[in-house]
Amino acid sequence: MNEEIKAIWKSLFDWVMGNGPRPENEVIPDEPPPDLPFTRKPKDKYSRFHEATLKERYNQWLEIHGLHMFSSLYSGISVLTCIVIVSLLLATVSELPSLSDERNLANNEIIRRYVERGGKETGAQNIVAGLILNYRAFNTFGESAVLFTAAVSVLMLLGASRRNNADDEQSMKGNDSGKNFMQRGPPSVRLHTFRRDDAILRGTASISIPVILIMGCVIIINGHLLSGGAILSTALILCANAYDFERVHKFFNEQIFITITSTSLMIYALSNIFNGGLILLPNICIGLIVAGTLYGFYALLSEGEI
Amino acid sequence: MLEKLILNHYEIAAVILSGIGLMNLLLQRNLIRKIIGLNIMNTAVYLLFAAKGYNAEYPPVPAGLILTGIVVTVSVTTFALALTLKLYETYGTLNIDEALMKMTLQQEELEAKIEAQEEELIS
Repeated sequence: MNEEIKAIWKSLFDWVMGNGPRPENEVIPDEPPPDLPFTRKPKDKYSRFHEATLKERYNQWLEIHGLHMFSSLYSGISVLTCIVIVSLLLATVSELPSLSDERNLANNEIIRRYVERGGKETGAQNIVAGLILNYRAFNTFGESAVLFTAAVSVLMLLGASRRNNADDEQSMKGNDSGKNFMQRGPPSVRLHTFRRDDAILRGTASISIPVILIMGCVIIINGHLLSGGAILSTALILCANAYDFERVHKFFNEQIFITITSTSLMIYALSNIFNGGLILLPNICIGLIVAGTLYGFYALLSEGEI
Repeated sequence: MLEKLILNHYEIAAVILSGIGLMNLLLQRNLIRKIIGLNIMNTAVYLLFAAKGYNAEYPPVPAGLILTGIVVTVSVTTFALALTLKLYETYGTLNIDEALMKMTLQQEELEAKIEAQEEELIS
């Protein structure tokens, strides 16, 4: 019994590896002439009639059809997963309480307390400001830390390549050999080259930038941090587009960006720890962080530097 | 169940939006379109949050909490865009298949070069 299984297994193995019984019309070629010294030729791998093994046939098939099969399989599987996930989510949604239901999540005592006693407990004029900066202060702190981390990582990604290219150009000027040119990577692409001397844009900008700045400050002090910071950064972006990035560089460069964002983040963290119901200071800090990082994102992605 | 589904139409819109975003994320070959798909999924999350947190008496509270989500979306999108920019600078394409092909070609060239150098050393 055991030997039979072994024989079957061996025949299967032979079939897979192509060692099966030879066909009757097999032609055995004559022996090749003996190798002369210094004329070494690569040996023929298959000197006899060779039936392609299963693995080789599979590899051939894969080379011809593999990519097409893979892409169609991939799209089919992804559509299927998407349908499954959406139907699961729909089944979950159908169990949720509807919008005006008593059992709804939004209908709890926390929100009532925030709204009814928030004014007294936090001393904020605006409920949203009190909510964000006092009840949910650590949440907001983490959020601004996330923003700061993203700004720093983008600065590292895009600023490092610019510095490397500048170094390479300097060394190119220093020794004019072609060796350096070969080692250097492809030149960085300047993405944003339109002329910045538009009279209409400048006229509009000179009137509207002060208004936008005052508006941003008012909104930040009233407690809408993200929109206030975004409005401040809008003023900076408008200035950069209407005049030049050079003009913004005079009062806002990489050093100032790093110092402003990191110090305001630290001040905010300290005021979180020594929480004395103070709202104006962290308010201004978060507004500065948001304004700096948003302008930094714009400048880095469009110009490659702050 | 169907009645509930019709009553919860905000949530259903959010689920469909997230499905659209997921399809974009999986099937698009262009990296910018993939990032747009990610943003669509984030928007679906905001919609779900706003619909579940809606309270007729005290409207501003959930709206104040979505702020965190918006900030995280902005950060993630910008980081992804910066990586895409670097990829475009290196390989000159936004299509992920083409970039992978160029990557493997470069790898093969490098290996061939190393082999040639080794043979020179041996001889």
